[in-house]
Amino acid sequence: MHDKTLAELARGLAAGDFSSRELTASLLERIQRVDPSLNSFITVTGEQALEEADTADDLRQKGQAGALGGLPLAYKDIFCTEGVRTSAGSKMLDNFIAPYNATVVEKLRHAGTISLGKTNMDEFAMGSSNENSYYGPVKNPWNSTLVPGGSSGGSAAAVAAGLVPAALGTDTGGSIRQPAAFCGITGLKPTYGRISRYGMIAYASSLDQAGPMARTAEDCAMLMNAMAGHDSRDSTSVARNVPDYTQDLDKPLNGLKVGLPVEYFGDGLAPEVETAIREAVKVYESLGARIIDVSLPHTRLAIPAYYVIAPAEASSNLSRYDGVRFGHRCDNPIDLEDLYKRTRAEGFGDEVKRRILIGTHTLSEGFFDAYYRKAQQVRRLIRQDFLDAFSHVDVLMGPAAPTTAFELGSRADPVQMYLQDIYTIAINLAGIPGISVPAGLVDNRPVGLQILGPHFGEAHLLNVAHVYQQATDWHQRRPEIKE
Amino acid sequence: MQWEVVIGLEVHVQLSTCSKIFSGASTAFGAEPNTQACGIDLGLPGTLPVLNENAVAMAVRFGLAINAEIPEYSVFERKNYFYPDLPKGYQTSQMAHPVIGRGEVDITLGDGTVKTVRIHHAHLEEDAGKSLHEDYSGMTGIDLNRAGTPLLEIVSEPDMHSAEEASAYIRAIHAIVTYLGISDGNMAEGSMRCDVNVSLRPKGQEKLGTRAEIKNVNSFRFVERAIAFEIERQSEILEEGGVVVQETRLYNPDLDETRSMRTKEEANDYRYFPCPDLLPLMLDEAYVEHQRSLLPELPSEKRQRFVDSLGLSTYDADVLTGSRPLAEYFEAVQKHCGDAKLAANWVQGDLLGRLNRDGLDITESPVSAEQLGGLLMRLADDTINGKAAKQVFADLWECKGETADEIIDARGLKQVTDTGAIESLCDQVIADNPVQVTQYREATEDKRGKMIGFFVGQVMKASRGTANPPQVNAMLKEKLDALL
Repeated sequence: MHDKTLAELARGLAAGDFSSRELTASLLERIQRVDPSLNSFITVTGEQALEEADTADDLRQKGQAGALGGLPLAYKDIFCTEGVRTSAGSKMLDNFIAPYNATVVEKLRHAGTISLGKTNMDEFAMGSSNENSYYGPVKNPWNSTLVPGGSSGGSAAAVAAGLVPAALGTDTGGSIRQPAAFCGITGLKPTYGRISRYGMIAYASSLDQAGPMARTAEDCAMLMNAMAGHDSRDSTSVARNVPDYTQDLDKPLNGLKVGLPVEYFGDGLAPEVETAIREAVKVYESLGARIIDVSLPHTRLAIPAYYVIAPAEASSNLSRYDGVRFGHRCDNPIDLEDLYKRTRAEGFGDEVKRRILIGTHTLSEGFFDAYYRKAQQVRRLIRQDFLDAFSHVDVLMGPAAPTTAFELGSRADPVQMYLQDIYTIAINLAGIPGISVPAGLVDNRPVGLQILGPHFGEAHLLNVAHVYQQATDWHQRRPEIKE
Repeated sequence: MQWEVVIGLEVHVQLSTCSKIFSGASTAFGAEPNTQACGIDLGLPGTLPVLNENAVAMAVRFGLAINAEIPEYSVFERKNYFYPDLPKGYQTSQMAHPVIGRGEVDITLGDGTVKTVRIHHAHLEEDAGKSLHEDYSGMTGIDLNRAGTPLLEIVSEPDMHSAEEASAYIRAIHAIVTYLGISDGNMAEGSMRCDVNVSLRPKGQEKLGTRAEIKNVNSFRFVERAIAFEIERQSEILEEGGVVVQETRLYNPDLDETRSMRTKEEANDYRYFPCPDLLPLMLDEAYVEHQRSLLPELPSEKRQRFVDSLGLSTYDADVLTGSRPLAEYFEAVQKHCGDAKLAANWVQGDLLGRLNRDGLDITESPVSAEQLGGLLMRLADDTINGKAAKQVFADLWECKGETADEIIDARGLKQVTDTGAIESLCDQVIADNPVQVTQYREATEDKRGKMIGFFVGQVMKASRGTANPPQVNAMLKEKLDALL
């Protein structure tokens, strides 16, 4: 059962081939066997999951099961889940039991899904390798010496290893798409504002967006149907009709105009990744697409702009972790300043501290104009690049990451790590949607093809990805898991 | 040297919305600590703010009341600093693009002169919680009930030059916000708090002197006292050739002095930046016009009307429009008795005097406007005389009757205006007091005027206070002068 897609499992449940309890129990058992070596979960909520499965089975008996009724999921440990530890991968929140559910969690529960638990992640979603977790690194299921990518590394690894058919991730600069690429699964970062951020622990509020991670585009579409929509509790969520994302999945791609940004195929791109991506593009050509070279001239400014804006927002967002109301508190503080200093020194890891320091600096009096304001100007230019490109192509394609998954511990220099996100980060700055789909294996390491669309173009992206998956089998490849 | 005092004020007004500015928690005052703080107010991970529309409407109405620019576009920003009663580690406020732009407030000084104070801007922000230092030996308690209460911070230009002007300005702001019904204006409960900027400069100099900011002063009187102390302190320093340090000070009402809290060097860098969780606030003309249509009569308009159509003096009009409840009370009394001048005298004299003595607010008056109006109606139509009226008022105050008429009947205070009855009383008194009559006859013209008071008193006494004194006076004069 662990090899099946969400759509297949939904059909199996509907046909009565197995119950939600059987499915849930079998996955929990697999997690128990496989995850100790992978470390993709921080918290497994087995008992609760089985109870939820029984409820789902009861509802199905009564003919009240929804489209996602009885299907198991996992949540990146950044989504608040009532009564369950929500750590954000940090020592700071190791003792934090969320008293409420995030809006997406609530919506997916309402649709009948079952939560198996909370997946590992880079601390506060800051990282591209999942090595920044207080709970230890996650191993890539394809090769345990490799990273799974980050920051949603636990979700990507759990899905790739068949521990759960789908999981939620969040993407601030590539945190869904890059781990999806490294682990050979499909991951969608929707348009900023498409999915409520309420209950999602903030890293960089103007960039953070939740999204589905699963085996196929079709599975992502099923999840999007439940996740998307306006939330009155999130002022940045957009009041706009939610289409049925599964409706047009099979629409043929004849005449599709695909733009290839020249900047995404330059220096720094590993040749074997480029080869795989160009192969994938050929598949699209054979499906009737027209390929056009385009330019996104401000691409090289994306990483610098991101590393001003995201840390600035983070430095403020993470101020609430002060040891006063919840989370870690240092022992025996002698006064208020000591409480703050030691609580935060002990509770945060190095990368989080680095970004808080960067953000605090760039917002400081005398530096604000040179950094923050300038970065916002760059952000508008980057957004305009995409708007210009989409005025003459339907989608953009390129690699999700410059390399395949790298060795654990091999990117000790933070700037080298930041360069990982060179093809994903601009998308968050522009607010547009992007999807990563499996498009090859190089030395048994997955390659991810990234497809980008205009704002609120998720349905079309899913269609473009799905048709490709009907023509290829990369998404069906599974790592060999030692059990 | 002659020093000129320069004062600017930042007045924080708690808006009387039902719920907080960014959450649905209640804003009611006085609840058990931390019972009115929801996840958003606690800054729980993952929570997000949603702007309270009503707070915006109130801010806009204030802007219209002071004739201010209402920008189409305003932005919420984060003011970052650590403090235990600031749950998120930042206060959501406004900086570069406030909701209300430049405006003006007229203030009336004691001598009746009217002066205009310019408003630099007014912006919306959230209040912090409270740190409770009592009751927890060696520890500090945190109450987050107040956290997230909407505040309108009204920032004046440095247009005031004395404690009196500053005080008049705060009273004017207090009147406007209470008239608009956007704040209860209760300073004791912290609904209005002021930061006072005071500096001195040599008279005639353009450049402003170095200022001290006195934080969180929460009564009209304390504002005056704090400014007086500060003027004294700064002028002493300057007279001795010293330099005033730019700093934040706190006023201690018990010691009646200000003390340094932190100097400029110790000041926080608040690292303001636009709050990414809130979209810019866009207000179109139709919205602003709609808010304008909801404006009540404002203090300045009411004052003018009291003078123009009720014939009150500017002084009376000014006192009576000092707060909306007072003005409404006066208007109700005036409508009831039909005599504006009489109503103005009684409300300012007997009523306010008694309220002051008992430490009560107009809204807590034991005598309702209808009751007082009913009493004055009887005074105006000569049913009772002034002395009886005071007695009826005292009875109403002590709740010894529902209406003035009831008390007048029960006590038999109805004035005797029957000429025959008064005449016989006068004759009786003249007959009973031959010695005084002789003295009267032998007295000089101007002494007689005083002496007649004795006879009037006797007649009033005989009538048990019910005779009409002017009538008695006239009749006695006629009769006594006839004996000359």
